[in-house]
Parts: sequence; C-alpha cells; structure tokens
Amino acid sequence: MIAAVVKAKATYAFAERQFLLTKRYWAWEAVYLLYSLSMTLSIGFLGAGMQQLTGQQIDSGKIIVYLLTGSLLWGYLSALFWDVSNIISWERWEGTIEYTFMAPVARWTHIVGVCSFSIVYGMLRTAVLLALVTVFFHLDMSRANLPVAFAVLLTASFSFVGLGTVVAVLPLLSPEKGAQMTGIVEGVLLLVSGVYYDISVLPGWMQWISKLSPATYTLKGMRGALLEGKSLSNSLDTLIPLAVMGVVLIPLGLAVFGQGERYCKRTGRLKRSG
Amino acid sequence: MSEPAVEVHNLAKSFRKSSGAARSGGAGARPAARGLFRRKPRAAPVKVLDVPSLDVRPGEIFGVLGPNGSGKSTLIRIISTLLLPDEGQVRVFGRDVVREPLAVQRMLNRVSADAAFFRKLSAMENLIHTARLYGLAQREGAARAREILSRLDLSREKMDAEMHELSRGMQQKVALARAFLTSPILMLLDEPTTGLDLKSKREVQTFILEIRRDHGATVLLTTHDMVEAEALCDRIAVIDEGRIRACGSAAELKIAAREKVAAPSGAEPTLEAAFLALTGRTMEDAEQEKENPA
Repeated sequence: MIAAVVKAKATYAFAERQFLLTKRYWAWEAVYLLYSLSMTLSIGFLGAGMQQLTGQQIDSGKIIVYLLTGSLLWGYLSALFWDVSNIISWERWEGTIEYTFMAPVARWTHIVGVCSFSIVYGMLRTAVLLALVTVFFHLDMSRANLPVAFAVLLTASFSFVGLGTVVAVLPLLSPEKGAQMTGIVEGVLLLVSGVYYDISVLPGWMQWISKLSPATYTLKGMRGALLEGKSLSNSLDTLIPLAVMGVVLIPLGLAVFGQGERYCKRTGRLKRSG
Repeated sequence: MSEPAVEVHNLAKSFRKSSGAARSGGAGARPAARGLFRRKPRAAPVKVLDVPSLDVRPGEIFGVLGPNGSGKSTLIRIISTLLLPDEGQVRVFGRDVVREPLAVQRMLNRVSADAAFFRKLSAMENLIHTARLYGLAQREGAARAREILSRLDLSREKMDAEMHELSRGMQQKVALARAFLTSPILMLLDEPTTGLDLKSKREVQTFILEIRRDHGATVLLTTHDMVEAEALCDRIAVIDEGRIRACGSAAELKIAAREKVAAPSGAEPTLEAAFLALTGRTMEDAEQEKENPA
C-alpha cells in the first residue's frame, strides 16, 4: 500500500513537472498551437478545393472532416512522440538526466508520469483544434459522435505511448540525431495507416503492414465516429485491436527502453550532451 | 563492527576513447580509405578505474583527492547507479549497486560541480519535484526545502525565483538542499565547490560539516582542492589515473610522503608534497597531462 502511494506521488511529480514546464514556456506552446492550426487549415483547404480540382460535385464537408481527422491525429501523435522522446532529450539539455535516473523511481513510473500529462494535454489541444477548424470551415458536426472519437483516441494513446517508449530509446543512444529520428518513425507510421487516404489505395505489402499499425485503427475509428456518428458498441472493431496493441506495445516499449538504458549505463552515454 | 557505508572490491571500468593517433592516422591507426566514407577506427578500451579495495566508514567524511580525469567522477557515478562497472562489486550499506539499484538509490543523493536544474522552474518547484520522487508529500517537502534553503541563507524571494536568475553560488546551495532534502545516509559530493567564489565555497563547506555533525550522514567528497580535502575529510584516498595510490588521514598521508621524499629544509610536508611523493607528479602537472596528452 505504502509502495503504491510512493509510486503515485512520483507519477504525479512527473506529470506536475510537465505541466509547470508547459506553463512556463506558454509562449512557445501558443506558437506550436498556431503552427498546428495552420497545418490543419491547409489540409482542410485541400478538401475545400477538391470540387474545383476535379470539376465534380463533391460533399466537400465530408472530405474536409476525413482529411482533418488525419491532420489532427498527426498533430496529436507528433506532440505525444515529442514529449516521450523528451524524457531523454530535454533532461539532457537541462543537465538533470542523472538526477532523474538516480532517483529511486522505476522507469515505468517515470514514463507513465510524463505520458499521462502528454495524453491529457494532447487531447485538449486536439479538441481546441477541432473546434477552431469546425468554426472556420462551417462544418456540420451534428452527426458526429465526439465522445466516441475521443474514446478511440484515448484507447489508441496507450499503443502510441508504447511505440513512443520504443522510439524514446533513440535520443538515449544518439543525442545528436535521435530526437529527429522520432519524427521519421511517426511519418512512416502515418504513411502506412492511411493518414489522408483509404488504405485500399496502398500497395499490397503496405496494406499488410498497415494492419499492424495502431494509427490505422485510430483513423478508422475516429472517422467512423466523426463522419457516421458510430456508437461505442459499433466502434469495437477498432477499440479492441487498439486495446490489445496497447497491452503488447507498452511492455515492449519498457523492455526496449530498459535495454537502451542499460547500454547507456555500461558505455557512459547517459550524461553525454548532443 | 558496523557495516561499511561503501565497500568496493576489484572494481574496474574501461571506456573506448578515440585517441589522437587514431584521429590523425598516426602510428597504431588502421589504414583507412580516403574521402567522405572513411571508416572511423574503433578505439581500444582505456581503463579509467581500477580499485582493488576501498571502504568508507559510516559517519565519516571520506575524500577522494585527484586531478581532473583521474576517475573520481566515474567512481561516484558507479556508486550512484548511473554507470555499470565492467568488473568487481560496489556495495552501499550492504546493498549491491548493480543488483539492488532502487534500494541503493533510496539511501543516497549526490551533488556535482554543475548544479543541474530545470532552469525555468523555481528553486522551490525543483525541490518539491525531487521531494515527491523520493516519496515525500508536497507540504512536507516544501516545508523541509524552505528550512534547508533558509539555513543556507537563501532569501524567500530567491527561493521562488526561476533557477536561471540565481547566481552560480546560489544554484550550488540549492543543489545541496536538493540532495539533503531526501535525508540520504550517504551523500556523494562530486567537486561541490568547484567554480564557487570564496564566500560561497566556505558556506558550502560549513554545510557539509553540519550535515555530518547534526545528521550523522556519511559523506564521500571528491575534490582536487588540497586545502578543502585537509579541512573537511577524516580520511583521504589519493587517486591518479584511475588507481588509488594511498589512503589515510591527511596526517598519515603526510607521514607516508615524508618517508618517501624528505621535505625541503626538514619542514613539515604539505598535502601537495604528499600528492607529489605518492604519484610522482604535482596536481597541476597531472591535470596538464590530461588536457594535453603526449
């Protein structure tokens, strides 16, 4: 019982630290939100211009929501992966990494603390972006089932945290280039998952890979909820694979990170700054 | 007899370091293809620490005296579970640093020369974060942090200022407070006074003595400052090129030095002279050699 309380305190400490840092760097957060908004709007305009581009009568509202789902997920995933990879890179930059790694805290507690804040903050940011683009494009969201869309995103977050933890080992191994590599992983993941298109347009081998990506199920589930208003029970075909992937990917992420940490402690790379 | 605070047996650590010869393609380097895709030669491992045996007694201030690059920080990092040894065993109050890292981490804390903090957070926010990581409640952590910082003469205004607004000396005091906040029974102080002005240096040294006097904590202090080592430490290990050359009280080291080399005009040898006698070079020479290897 006491051990659980101590762990809960430590988890909260990491979440609180992330909150305080976000608050202190609020101006940069505002800039990032503006950047995400401009990216999302430009994708939205792509949908809005589809009618002129093809010369055919198209339900542009539906296309905009379809594309925006991809854009919102990309933004969410970027922020989540960024925070997870920052478990290492930010602490190296501040020089605090050794103090955090010598605290009597299991890595699991550390990662859960950082990620819990990222998930809550990322979902809030996604909600704000969705509200802004809905107003901007006068989208009709009366059929959309927003709670289910966010339930899909929340369930998917566990798989993304698992993948993010695997990716977080990159800045641990390469202080110079590791953080940028996380962006590449994220791009490839979304490429095979149908970020702005249906996966049926992908070559056969890519379609096969897409089945292993949690982003595929996330996009399918969110689009189903936003475009068709699918209920929770009708979204189980995406929620169940996402939950299973979370159960597999989180322990995998921790195992890979643990190996990376051990390698760094053996070779003295923990302290090195990029 | 009580259990040693730190027990080291046959400890060895090597790192692969790229040598000047390898970089310049000098003697010993493998012939490499010219141009953009030249393969970097794999550096040979260099032994940076080789300690057959070392014991630190509970409650003592134990100094590790040596020049930069002599292996002091490597030893501290191994004890604090941040580095894995290649060979040998290190125990902290009977707990193995490799097999039981969490148990060891609960007993110790560390202050290094570079006081690293989240710079945009205040001293109090940084300390409360540390307190929570070590299982203290927010209120308890905050109260203790304020008490320790007050003892270290930090005003309330400075406690709530962002870390980057504090002077180097003040930051080092906050670093000491962070380590002491968690009530460690072993304090690892890795050159805690390096780069501080004389006043801050004295305040930090006074605090170290207080920690031992009032709380009975064992202190392992690394330094290359002879005066500091002599003033603070009960026993001193002289370390050079990763090896412990001698271990004892300052007086014992001086006697050992006198037996090796007669002091000029029969004067009492200094710790500096003892270092010279025990290692065959002065601290300055050792540091210069490290910076400019032949």
